[in-house]
Amino acid sequence: MARPLQPTEVRKMETLELPRNATQLSEGRSPVFLRIEAKSGWVSLRLKELWEYREFLYFLTLRDIKVRYKQTLLGAAWAIIQPVFTMLVFSLFFGRLAKVPSDGLPYPLFAYTALVPWTLFANSLSQSSNSLVANAHLLTKVYFPRLIVPISAVASQLLDFVLAFIVLLGMMIYYGISLKAQAFCLPGFLLLALIMALGAGLWFSALNVHYRDVRYVIPFIVQFWMFATPIAYPSSLLSERWRIIYGLNPMAGVVEGFRWALLGQKSGPTQMILVSSVAAAFLLVAGAFYFRRMEKTFADTV
Amino acid sequence: MGNIAIHSESLSKQYRIGGTEVYKALRDTVAEAFSLPLQKLRGIFRGNNGQTEENTIWALRDVGFSIRHGEAIGIIGRNGAGKSTLLKILSRITEPTAGFVDIHGRTGSLLEVGTGFHAELTGRENIYFNGSLLGMKTSEIRRKFDEIVDFSGIDKFIDTPAKHYSSGMYMRLAFAVAAHLEPEILIVDEVLAVGDASFQRKCLNKMQQVGDEGRTVLFVSHNMPAITRLCRRAILLDEGKVVQDGLSQEVVRRYLQSDNGTSAFRSWPDPSKAPGNDIVRLNSVRVTTDEGATAADIDIRRPFGIEMEYIVHKPGYVLVPIYNLFNQEGVLLFQTSDQNPVWRHSARHPGRYKSTVRIPGNFLAEGTVIVSAAIGTMDSFVLHVHERDAVAFQVVDSMEGNSARGDYGGSIPGVIRPLLNWTDEYDG
Repeated sequence: MARPLQPTEVRKMETLELPRNATQLSEGRSPVFLRIEAKSGWVSLRLKELWEYREFLYFLTLRDIKVRYKQTLLGAAWAIIQPVFTMLVFSLFFGRLAKVPSDGLPYPLFAYTALVPWTLFANSLSQSSNSLVANAHLLTKVYFPRLIVPISAVASQLLDFVLAFIVLLGMMIYYGISLKAQAFCLPGFLLLALIMALGAGLWFSALNVHYRDVRYVIPFIVQFWMFATPIAYPSSLLSERWRIIYGLNPMAGVVEGFRWALLGQKSGPTQMILVSSVAAAFLLVAGAFYFRRMEKTFADTV
Repeated sequence: MGNIAIHSESLSKQYRIGGTEVYKALRDTVAEAFSLPLQKLRGIFRGNNGQTEENTIWALRDVGFSIRHGEAIGIIGRNGAGKSTLLKILSRITEPTAGFVDIHGRTGSLLEVGTGFHAELTGRENIYFNGSLLGMKTSEIRRKFDEIVDFSGIDKFIDTPAKHYSSGMYMRLAFAVAAHLEPEILIVDEVLAVGDASFQRKCLNKMQQVGDEGRTVLFVSHNMPAITRLCRRAILLDEGKVVQDGLSQEVVRRYLQSDNGTSAFRSWPDPSKAPGNDIVRLNSVRVTTDEGATAADIDIRRPFGIEMEYIVHKPGYVLVPIYNLFNQEGVLLFQTSDQNPVWRHSARHPGRYKSTVRIPGNFLAEGTVIVSAAIGTMDSFVLHVHERDAVAFQVVDSMEGNSARGDYGGSIPGVIRPLLNWTDEYDG
């Protein structure tokens, strides 16, 4: 509780060492003229500013990944354990016991191909939903575009995805399935999963600042969502017409897209994916505007 | 306008009060949504929940000032005066409720040293992360990296995780990054309140240098000597308003005087605004002579008292009144706490208390003494009250020859001036 300051030392200050090129102006990002005032209603997304902060996004993501791997005993192994064990459980209960159809594919491969993008989505969603609250200390001390935080939370899951994906490739070799031309569509489906995760994450993270209930709601949502997505079962259980409506759950489009691109049966679920893409894009854009609108209250509330 | 760095007009910020209400349960909003459907749903989109005037507080009200490029400005005020809110608005962390600020020039703000530092990361990783957080480009950090490491003096441990650093090393590294941020306008909050003496020296030094280079510095501190030394101009805030804006010496003098017109007595008649918590609140602090009169000038030879009145609201706590005495240069002269055996181990009953410490004559040096008052519980240390700069008084040395200065009329160094016994022998 002492308020320290030594007068003799204050007087001696002049003699202390200093960084040499301190006169050089910072190349910082803050603009040269700025008006700070209350803004109301819907505001622009300021994507240009977001771009200017891309290096910070990189370091924030890198920090998240490093810290996560350093703090866990198994580190990166968790990226594989989670989907692989879910696949084993599904294979046993749905594949073996319940005899759920799998579009003529080996059930473990059928389930795992869906679980890889699903795990990416589920983890990204929960990480980004909690991201603002988890980074409260940054929000209350430093200015940067707040959108960076949930974006970084989603981006930091990509490495886990890559690891799980390598296992998927291994399984495909084991089951003797070779890559076909449609595998080039895969990045598109990956992007769709990311858009979905970020879109929902923006909504939940902004809500979480004001309503901490969100933290408890997320696990439920993820669980329900998983069963509403054709992971343990094929969407071919539904008739063609219903399948298109099913696409309103964009994760259904992602999962079926992954299966089609990698395991390549029949024609692609084009219409369903189209519906999914539109739904996901809408969720992302609306989420971003909602987030920006709520942003001004974050530092005061979080 | 070319010369203006920061210009604010009728800047105001309203906060909701009541700490537990800050995050509402969604349940409440949903339940209310049924009673007031449209209004409440709008609340979800606006981030407010239909707050009314009664449960809000103006942290800033109609604050206006202009700061020219190259000026160094100190911002002072008591706890809750709105200093931090002002800095947060200037740093774009929070938005004003009304009014505006124009900022001409690149701004760097340090509301804390080492924001975003992570114990699991190495010094090197932390430099890059923290630098980019503060607004440096990667190329800039890379270019300054050696200098930053050099400045921090921890080059041997740069690839060691920060969790193995001592707190001193941690602060040094964090400050080294901040010191290499070179904005045109620098906003600094109480950075000096933490860290060891040499660290604070570095901070002050750096700020002085920034000012000398003709860049604009805004500096919030409780450290009055640092304010008067670094800043020609100061702004005094009280209850969210600018009370005085002028030469820093004059503003600091005004700050140290209370509403009662004397710096030796301060009281908080409104308990809701008094320093403290639910357990105990300060009522008044007073410097008294032996005869019990309030006195802002103390004769160096005479004993005197510092008295605090406080009201205990919750029973069951052992409470210890504490004073910290600082001289005008901000040196902590000493700390004294109530060691009265009656209350040392026994919990206090609710009610009004008065505790006085008697400070002997011929002990302090002459000059201004600033007193911080605190009340704490020592066992699992908690401070219930901590009012900085509660009262201040002048110690006046007489020229009558019977004080420690004797017949010498010049200035005498030293932070205390005891009158001690000497023995003298003539061996010749």
